[in-house]
Amino acid sequence: MFVRPFKSDARAVSVVIDGETVAASDGEMLAAVLLRTPPFYARRTPVSDSPRAPYCLMGVCFDCLATVDGIASVQTCLTPVRDGMRVERQAGLRELTK
Amino acid sequence: MTGGNPTTLYDVVVVGGGLHGLSAALHLARGGARVGLLERAWIGRHASGASAAGVRTLGRPIAELPISLEAMAMWHDIRGLVDDDCGFHMHGQIKVAENASELAGLRQRDEQLRALGYRHEEIVDAQELRRLLPPIAPHCVGAAVARDNGAADPHRTLQAFRRSAEAAGVAIYEGCGVERVESVAERWRLCGSRATVEAPVVVNAAGAWAGRLAALFGDGVPLGTKASMMIVTERVAPYIAPVVSCAGRALSFKQTDRGTLLIGGGVQGRFDLQAEKTTVDFVALRRAAQAAIALFPSVVGVAMTRVWAGLEAKTEDLLPVIGPSPSAPGLLHAFGFSGHGFQLVPVVGAIIAELAASGSTTRQIAPFALERLTVKEAAA
Amino acid sequence: MSKLQDVAVLGAGPAGMAAAVRLRALGVPVALIDEQPAPGGQIWRNVEGNENTAVGKALGSDYAAGAAAAAALNESGCVLRFGNQLWQLEDAQPEAKWRVFVKAGGGLDMLPASAVLLAGGAQERPNPFPGWTLPGVVSVGAAQILMKTAGQIPEEPVWIAGSGPLPLLYMTQLLALGGKIAGYLDTSPRGNLAAALPHLPRALAAWKDLRKGLGWLQTLRRSGVPVVKDVAEIAAAGNDRLESLTYRPRGSKAVTVPARLLLVHEGVVPGIHVTMAMGCAHDWRDDQVCFAPRLDGWGETSRAGLYVAGDGAGIGGAEAARLRGEIAALGIACKLGKLSEAEARQLAAPLRRALDRALAPRRFLDALYRPRPEVFAPAEETVVCRCEEVTAGQIRRAAGKGGPNQLKAFTRAGMGPCQGRQCGYTVSHLLAHSLNSSAAEVGFFHVRPPLKPVTLGELATLEIEEATP
Repeated sequence: MFVRPFKSDARAVSVVIDGETVAASDGEMLAAVLLRTPPFYARRTPVSDSPRAPYCLMGVCFDCLATVDGIASVQTCLTPVRDGMRVERQAGLRELTK
Repeated sequence: MTGGNPTTLYDVVVVGGGLHGLSAALHLARGGARVGLLERAWIGRHASGASAAGVRTLGRPIAELPISLEAMAMWHDIRGLVDDDCGFHMHGQIKVAENASELAGLRQRDEQLRALGYRHEEIVDAQELRRLLPPIAPHCVGAAVARDNGAADPHRTLQAFRRSAEAAGVAIYEGCGVERVESVAERWRLCGSRATVEAPVVVNAAGAWAGRLAALFGDGVPLGTKASMMIVTERVAPYIAPVVSCAGRALSFKQTDRGTLLIGGGVQGRFDLQAEKTTVDFVALRRAAQAAIALFPSVVGVAMTRVWAGLEAKTEDLLPVIGPSPSAPGLLHAFGFSGHGFQLVPVVGAIIAELAASGSTTRQIAPFALERLTVKEAAA
Repeated sequence: MSKLQDVAVLGAGPAGMAAAVRLRALGVPVALIDEQPAPGGQIWRNVEGNENTAVGKALGSDYAAGAAAAAALNESGCVLRFGNQLWQLEDAQPEAKWRVFVKAGGGLDMLPASAVLLAGGAQERPNPFPGWTLPGVVSVGAAQILMKTAGQIPEEPVWIAGSGPLPLLYMTQLLALGGKIAGYLDTSPRGNLAAALPHLPRALAAWKDLRKGLGWLQTLRRSGVPVVKDVAEIAAAGNDRLESLTYRPRGSKAVTVPARLLLVHEGVVPGIHVTMAMGCAHDWRDDQVCFAPRLDGWGETSRAGLYVAGDGAGIGGAEAARLRGEIAALGIACKLGKLSEAEARQLAAPLRRALDRALAPRRFLDALYRPRPEVFAPAEETVVCRCEEVTAGQIRRAAGKGGPNQLKAFTRAGMGPCQGRQCGYTVSHLLAHSLNSSAAEVGFFHVRPPLKPVTLGELATLEIEEATP
């Protein structure tokens, strides 16, 4: 969907998204990484199980929510990437008793 | 001066478009009366729209039990009354004890109820409590339970009562607050912001403004205001079915059928009655969050999506005012439910209709007479 | 004599940075708070990271100007709190005028403040159409943010649909970076130009801005990118992601094309979420088709000690934002006793003249890019409330006299995590249409705190003294 053709000065790091290791740059926005990693969405909605990708990238739409390092419903457009960050795309309703 | 509005005559005018006003209007109209209802904002704007909609007999003041038990039977067939199930689920209401002393207190009440002939509550042990509420914190020792209690959906209930009232012929005036009251022949004339109405019988169901309305008729009644805060969380997977309260803390905790958790319990926000505005006090609200986590540790990471405080009336003894005015002929009161009026909605409307038709009621409303509040004040 | 509390400035874009620097120069302590990790707001997002890079060069000189503002900020001595989200503001009792509640990685915090300046800027106007929630539909603003923060561009030739200066600027920048554009669907109604022309003479006072815009148009023309004018309707379709795009030029037949990425934009509107939550008075701005907070000449809202500067006061662009930020800083400094009224007026005078010049093209641009009516009247099956998935049809059917708040209670529109940021305007317009009224009359949702989600655990462990009643 989106690509990063320009070499970044920031340190190369990797994050794990749903078990898959993905290359990223230290400190870049997690939502940007999601938008270049198939299947490109951050979550599936609890109401109709529809996939949602980051949309506004400025903290206003709340469609970019994913579970980051065990914390649910984090706005990935406000989350700088760190090496080894664990990301899970969210689907359905949040289970509390797990 | 009627402000240029033509005057419309009714048999009864109901002031207040919350659930108690709608219920009264509905029952009156079905009894054959021509009913007009005046609401200063819009239907369900304040307490009814902000209600947790608990449908419980559990833990009620004993004085309310006779009418509450009758209301409970009406809830079990609410479809028969308003052609809608109002989202009423009967998964039980549970009042949790966190230690032996609290459990002893619950047992004491249970004995008192049984001595009076009431059987609608029971005491359960820790094992049964865990079965009813799997995520409950391990330190909880038991609970009082009313298995036929539950909760409804306040907005569905509002829409159902409104539809039924209108179908029965009730004329509803929204955006019409009462500005002036005059006595005209054998009738009361109410001058509202958008309409002028007259009727020999007026029902005061004006919620947090009921004291002000009563004063316009010459009934001075001390009425306080509550601005109880409510937390609504993000949606979560099915978590608990019953509605939960707590013996030792101000907490009410339930899950709606959409999956959101509704956490209340009476922690107070700030309010401005004249401006119809409330402000949330998050520092005070900590207690509600702490209570929720104490009882249900697995909710610690759940996000609060919105918090508000709803305006409602509170009487000194926390019992409602239901019954005829001691001084104004034709004025009937139904207000002051002090944060636990939702469940009583179906029966209070029936009581008001009875009072309007025959001047008396078969139900036990003596504890709710307005005089008890004014006598106390005079004696103070 | 108690120490002067910080002035809390919320937002580190052009307005916030200018206000913070000016306040510091006047000896006022400042805490600058922004949810992003670095200064710049949206227009200068990641400006420090793009210095001397290929991306920085393609973004242009207006963007590069942000570096100087960031440098000035870093030298000003403000307390900088990046990565902090605002979730509540309260009037406090005697010891401090305001309490500013923020959430950072570690938990919740509260700062007392002698005054609060909201400089949170604008957001893109909600622009619902069938299929807009599909992965593959992204706003132009978001695409530009990707460019700014990650040098990230569309992989394949991208479709762009919308109106306003931003799509033109983005396309210019994208082409400079070697990106490819499949086509530009210009949704600006043909009749807008005639309505805008009477405002052109005034706009000529800012001829440099207009020349810039003409430059973008020329770049677009020369690029050979197909442009379709006066597009009335668009719809996106696909299974789990965008696969095709249908557009209908006004008075013409619909055309469907394959598409994997669609960027959309229908202008920007002031971010009013915080001022609405605080119960500030707002006015309907018909020229910009939005609500804006009612402000006095210093930017103070109807709540004492609460100010707004920048695009949040009304869309005006970066230079106007900077000037409004400085003017608000003078007003605040005066209120705090650091300047006399005469001094503040004197210092503000040249700023106000410059602000007039900076705002000179506004009437022209607002009329030229006035959104087409279809933006406010989406088709029945369009999801209007993205969070709760409430459609336009459901909203129309639930319309009643209780306005947006009664409708919210009955349909749940506006009750999700975004709390009406993406659907509020659409709901107001739909209601206005159903009730034969206007958005100005219908009003907007009540906005309830927290302004950003806060967990029960975070609230439970908030460490501050309970206010004495």
